[in-house]
Amino acid sequence: MDAGTLSSIVTVVFFVLFIGIVWWAYHKNNRKKYEEAANLPFEEEDDGAGGRRA
Amino acid sequence: MEATYNYKVVRQFAIMTVVWGIVGMLVGVILSAQLIWPTLTEALGPLAPYLSYGRIRPLHTNAVIFAFGGCALFATSLYIVQRTCQTRLLSDGLASFVFWGWQLIILLATISLPLGVTSGKEYAELEWPIDLLITVVWVAYAVLFLGTIVKRKTKQIYVANWFFAAYIITIAILHIVNSIELPWILGGAGAWWKSYSAYAGVHDAMVQWWYGHNAVGFFLTTAFLGMMYYFIPKQAGRPIFSYRLSIVHFWALNFIYMWAGPHHLLYTALPDWAQSLGMVFSLMLIAPSWGGMMNGIMTLSGAWHKLRTDPILKFLITALSFYGMSTFEGPMMSVKTVNALSHYTEWGIGHVHSGALGWVAMISIGSLYYLIPRLFGREEMYSTRLINVHFWWSTIGVVLYIAALWIAGVAQGLMWRATNADGTLTYSFAQSVNAMYPFYTIRLVGGTMFFAGMLLMAYNVWKTVAAGKAVNDARIPEAVHA
Repeated sequence: MDAGTLSSIVTVVFFVLFIGIVWWAYHKNNRKKYEEAANLPFEEEDDGAGGRRA
Repeated sequence: MEATYNYKVVRQFAIMTVVWGIVGMLVGVILSAQLIWPTLTEALGPLAPYLSYGRIRPLHTNAVIFAFGGCALFATSLYIVQRTCQTRLLSDGLASFVFWGWQLIILLATISLPLGVTSGKEYAELEWPIDLLITVVWVAYAVLFLGTIVKRKTKQIYVANWFFAAYIITIAILHIVNSIELPWILGGAGAWWKSYSAYAGVHDAMVQWWYGHNAVGFFLTTAFLGMMYYFIPKQAGRPIFSYRLSIVHFWALNFIYMWAGPHHLLYTALPDWAQSLGMVFSLMLIAPSWGGMMNGIMTLSGAWHKLRTDPILKFLITALSFYGMSTFEGPMMSVKTVNALSHYTEWGIGHVHSGALGWVAMISIGSLYYLIPRLFGREEMYSTRLINVHFWWSTIGVVLYIAALWIAGVAQGLMWRATNADGTLTYSFAQSVNAMYPFYTIRLVGGTMFFAGMLLMAYNVWKTVAAGKAVNDARIPEAVHA
């Protein structure tokens, strides 16, 4: 297999992989998981300007 | 023992961000003055060679990118990873090593570059002993950051950490591959620190700009987007507009950025197909860049009024606007026909600063104004009014800077390509230099305003620090589960 064919195959694989990622990102089963993740910065009680001293 | 966060290393890096920002930008101001008055530093006698343009230009780029930008990234990434993983850093010793190691690298750069010690590769000028040191410190940073993610208390890994992880891994690869070089002592003569690239000819150029553009893509973009994904939601008080979009944003950037490097080598000895590839991938970059920008800006939807009163938010959102502007401009400039006019002109420098000052510096400054009071046990910065003044000085400064260099660049490009009916050049090179003076002057004014804003910030930070008390270990609050 020459380099040209190989890089064409890699390009197609990457493209399909990317479409897969988009599908995965927008799949409705993952909605709750992402909502949870999006709220991670707010999970702690306010880090209150003025971090508490130990 | 109560569980705590390591705030010490965050604080050290945060303070050094301000210090190196001032140093790096001061060198920039000197350089832009030298362009107007080329003999400016000659009066310094024996010191003059060390301050000549060719030697302090790499000092400026290294200082603002790796010292100012680098310290800002260390501070914010190590803060964010702790707070979103709800765990202390992997190791305090490693954290100290990363801090002091990075400061040593900066110090060595500050000495070696004015001495003229350089490998001649743009943004990778430092010679091989320093390159080795960078590798060691960077690997320590990778272990520290990724190790902290591994021991996280949360189930998910927050998106900002994905961006930081991609940046850390990619920069390691870029630095190592581009810095493969042969120390000249192996040749048996000459200065021991001198080295030559292991690559030759057009391969060297391609490796260099694969490195160079991905330093922009992963150091100056991906990493600062990590900052954006944490501090904009926090300062706006609402989660990111679309978490799903942030995932697509992340992967699209990673897939595409890697291939954009050849746009630095259009119309060179690089094979034509590689040039076209670089141009097409650069154009594609508009999609993820603007997707990410919209994601950040739309986070404010329903809370737009906060922009009126909160200067920190102004910094963060204006940074995103400049990000959008420069990620539109960049792909345009990579189109071959546009590049034929813009390449090698001042337009390029204008473009870089719209990204570096408008995006990178402003998102860092906004993040630091959020961070610093928290690191010193204060409710807020000493003066919110001064943050607002800083915001306007920087914004007007950047706009003056980039507008002047747009006009300068286009004028320069047009003058260089103008020919008479008989095919001779209409303008001599010196005539095009002469035409630059007014624009260089406006640029100096804009750059000085931005620099002055940093001094204002230093004063504000100083007063905040003086009124506060350094927090070394912050208690990890009980998670409140919704």
